[in-house]
Amino acid sequence: MLKIKDLRVEIEDQEIIKGLNLEVKAGEVHAIMGPNGSGKSTLAAVLAGRDMFRVTGGKVLYNGEDLLEKSPEQRAKEGLFLGFQYPIEIPGVSMVNFLKTAVNELRKHRGQKPLSASDFLKMMREKKELVEIHSSLTNRSVNEGFSGGEKKKNEIFQMAMLEPRLAILDETDSGLDIDALRIVANGVNQLKSKETASIVITHYQRLLDYIIPDFVHVLYDGRLVKSGGKDLALLLEEKGYEWIKEEAES
Amino acid sequence: MKKEQDKILGEVTGSEYKFGFYTDIEQDSIAKGLNEDVIKEISARKNEPQFMLDFRLKAYRHWLTMDMPGWAKLKIPEIDYQSLIYYSAPRQKKKTDSLDEVDPELLETFNKLGIPLEEQKHLAGVAVDAVMDSVSVKTTFKETLADLGIIFCSFSEAVREHPDLVKKYMGTVVPYTDNYFAALNSAVFSDGSFCYIPKGVRCPMELSTYFRINAANTGQFERTLVVAEDNSYVSYMEGCTAPQRDENQLHAAIVEIVAMNNAHVKYATVQNWYPGNKEGKGGIYNFVTKRGICRGDNSKISWAQVETGSAITWKYPGCILKGNNSVGEFYSVAVTNNHQQADTGTKMIHIGKNTRSVIVSKGISAGKSNNSYRGLVKVLRGAENARNFSQCDSLLLGDKCGAHTFPYIETDNSSAIVEHEATTSKIGEDQIFYCNQRGIATEDAIGLIVNGYAKEVLNKLPMEFAVEAQKLLQITLEGSVG
Repeated sequence: MLKIKDLRVEIEDQEIIKGLNLEVKAGEVHAIMGPNGSGKSTLAAVLAGRDMFRVTGGKVLYNGEDLLEKSPEQRAKEGLFLGFQYPIEIPGVSMVNFLKTAVNELRKHRGQKPLSASDFLKMMREKKELVEIHSSLTNRSVNEGFSGGEKKKNEIFQMAMLEPRLAILDETDSGLDIDALRIVANGVNQLKSKETASIVITHYQRLLDYIIPDFVHVLYDGRLVKSGGKDLALLLEEKGYEWIKEEAES
Repeated sequence: MKKEQDKILGEVTGSEYKFGFYTDIEQDSIAKGLNEDVIKEISARKNEPQFMLDFRLKAYRHWLTMDMPGWAKLKIPEIDYQSLIYYSAPRQKKKTDSLDEVDPELLETFNKLGIPLEEQKHLAGVAVDAVMDSVSVKTTFKETLADLGIIFCSFSEAVREHPDLVKKYMGTVVPYTDNYFAALNSAVFSDGSFCYIPKGVRCPMELSTYFRINAANTGQFERTLVVAEDNSYVSYMEGCTAPQRDENQLHAAIVEIVAMNNAHVKYATVQNWYPGNKEGKGGIYNFVTKRGICRGDNSKISWAQVETGSAITWKYPGCILKGNNSVGEFYSVAVTNNHQQADTGTKMIHIGKNTRSVIVSKGISAGKSNNSYRGLVKVLRGAENARNFSQCDSLLLGDKCGAHTFPYIETDNSSAIVEHEATTSKIGEDQIFYCNQRGIATEDAIGLIVNGYAKEVLNKLPMEFAVEAQKLLQITLEGSVG
């Protein structure tokens, strides 16, 4: 589904990603861990098409096509979803209107008719239940005045609504209490299927108690320096990142 | 409703000013230039009674003593009033009320604008008075309304058929001495709409006037007069478009509203005059005086306006709150893009006791445009317990545009409570990217955000207008971020 080959990314002449390789197949869950400043969020933003970063080398193929050539909205319509680390507030725009526009753009892309108002509201109800989001949130403006936890849950709710093929969750777990964490993880697990894949970016191991990854990668200084199974995450939890740094630098 | 809105929002991507076409129709115009003979000629062509001509001449003589106002934050090129044509009418066989006899070219023009004049096709139940250049083309639903005693007709017809009413109210809210453009309008006004709601009558349908400038080098000077007697109600809306032309055109209108005891008048405007091209060439100069008086106790006048067009807009729809417990409201969205300039706002004059006013102004600036809110809240000595709440928000798109707020507050009564709130915000790249990531293209994202921002005002418009206004906001701002 996703093939990243020797990716290099700069911002303001500073190289952040320094030759990164990763392959994600349908049905897989990948966790990317790493210390602060290692390039995790940059990777997520570049995949989603944020234009403040400059790709200086390498290739990214998404379903066999060049991902980096596509506009952010094109990527989204082709099923790439980014769960934001810091979801953006859009005052005045209701969640209902926002999501309805997004869902119908997606349907248009797939050659489907727009959903009727009643079908859309029904879909919202079902998905809300799935991710246990409190119903009043969807009556408010997009993320406006939401608490940190509400914003993160709202990202998972949007993911449920948009049914992506590849979901990239950028530190969706940071700042969550244990109940919210469980809800977020539950949402991700519910949406898992043979046709879809997820990349879960996280700083801590604890999210991986709830989301069982097929692969765990450690991102350090712009490169994936170590890959393994779930055990690697436990090892990191136990020993921290220091030994990885030492290993990488030696 | 939502579905309809989405459909329309989807449809408009990629279009510029849609109403820029010109109808090739024979015009009956008088020679350009302005003097007493021209005014006599206009009056004669309209078969006006003497009092009307006298009014025009008095106004003209007064206008000659006045200077163009210079206080607005606008750059107005000099206007050569002698190079304008003051009367131009699409030539019809004869003025008529039967649709069969209206020139098909004219009907086609209004159909293109989405203003159907054929009553049977009119599902929404909106009565329309269509004004092209200097004359009213057709008023629909006149008979239905007449059964209730409501008079809804062109201003010229009112002058001929209901001279007493016109004489009694015309110029009582906006006297010809009011300002430069009001004087000019009073001298040369051509047509417009007249609406009279008798005592105790609730007008069962939206009344609407559609203004269209078609002919070149022609000034449009229309007058609208709405009179609501005791315990009556009317909701009135007006729309405006013009062809795309390289030269500027002048539009100087007057709207007067009179509300008696317990009367309620809602007046909505969607102004979409041609704004000029991207380089700022052409476009309409829109210098309009609109004012309502709450003459009776417990009366209410609400203005709602969406201003997207015109090269220059100079306009302050206001309310004189004379009756005790009367209420004035002003809800406005003013959008400027490219080189457009707008200096717009309201005046709320509190005279009666317990009078209340609400002002909600939302300015949106894009391109190299300048958008100013200018509002006066004045509380006179006798206005015990007057209340005003004003909210003025500005939204900026890009970094070459300007937004300015000029609130004037004058209170002569210590029991008055006047509140003013103002905010300025920008559409952020983060917000756009967030929408993009959910599959929403940048243009649509701006439409979504702008409509969300203006929602409070759009909700005050009659439904047909709200949808049109949403479309307009989106079209007007196309290509303004990127």
